[in-house]
Amino acid sequence: MSDSEDVLATAAAWRAAGEPVAIATVVETWGSSPRPAGSRLAVSASGRLAGSVSGGCIEGAVADAAKQTMTTGTPQLLDFGISDERAWEVGLACGGKLKVFVEKLS
Amino acid sequence: MTPEVLAALEAAKSAKRPVALLTRLSDGTQHLWPGSDLPAPLAEAAAKALEEDAAANLTQDGEAWFIHPHNPPLRLIVVGAVHIAQALVPMALAAGYAVTVVDPRRAWATAERFPGITLIHEWTDDAVAALAPDARSAVVTLTHDPKLDDPALEAALTSDCFYIGALGSRRTHAKRVARLTEAGHSAEAIARIHAPVGLNIEAVTAPEIALSILAEVVATRRGAALAQRPALAA
Repeated sequence: MSDSEDVLATAAAWRAAGEPVAIATVVETWGSSPRPAGSRLAVSASGRLAGSVSGGCIEGAVADAAKQTMTTGTPQLLDFGISDERAWEVGLACGGKLKVFVEKLS
Repeated sequence: MTPEVLAALEAAKSAKRPVALLTRLSDGTQHLWPGSDLPAPLAEAAAKALEEDAAANLTQDGEAWFIHPHNPPLRLIVVGAVHIAQALVPMALAAGYAVTVVDPRRAWATAERFPGITLIHEWTDDAVAALAPDARSAVVTLTHDPKLDDPALEAALTSDCFYIGALGSRRTHAKRVARLTEAGHSAEAIARIHAPVGLNIEAVTAPEIALSILAEVVATRRGAALAQRPALAA
């Protein structure tokens, strides 16, 4: 089993237990990003986390976006490490850049 | 992600069937391939992502798609239910490998020594051949007994497994090379065998040797320079 599939199984178990869940997936990376495309982070409404989308630098910001998506149901595509003024912009110490897709597990 | 897509991914995982998940990034629309009728460029990208085991991005009709392969786990076939195997098996599981232990000696290959692991008690050539190692499989022989190791290695050499490793010193391996040559295997085929098995980290204890073996399996899988060895002097 790959680690991204483990994360899905964990997310499914949380969802089956009645918790809203969102899944974040790294969809593109540039430079020295620590986790490759396909890496997943599951976030539950109560704040449980499984998996990862970085070395820990952006998980907090992704979790915030995930909670939004849980509520609205609307997926989001987040850019990290690219200089713009968006609210969830955080720096990556490694100098990498990545895009993270956030979707609700309906 | 809908419950249907999640269930289909889980079903493919249980059946050890490769499947690619395609996500349209503008709105989260998802398809699974194989299993859905997709425009040729998307289907081709899905097939390639599965073959290369690497995620991909594609723009089709002005829409960005993320193509996420979900392959069955890599496999590790351990021949010899020995002490080093007891250390190697849990490490390989943690690294995401599906592990099978082969040893006809029932006193060694017991559920008590290898809890929850698939154990095969057949003779090692039959067992390895039946497991049909493929390009996502590694085979490691640890019995240190030519009667058990050699038949397993001969079966592995006829497969396209990505890694073959054999426990034993350089001298032991030189004798092994002579036997395999005698048995008709080419020098090129025999050179596929990593021996002495494992990266040279001066490992001493069983867990350290297991770590060196798993490190070499990963290095080979990922194409690391560390996994390349100079040919043994004839």
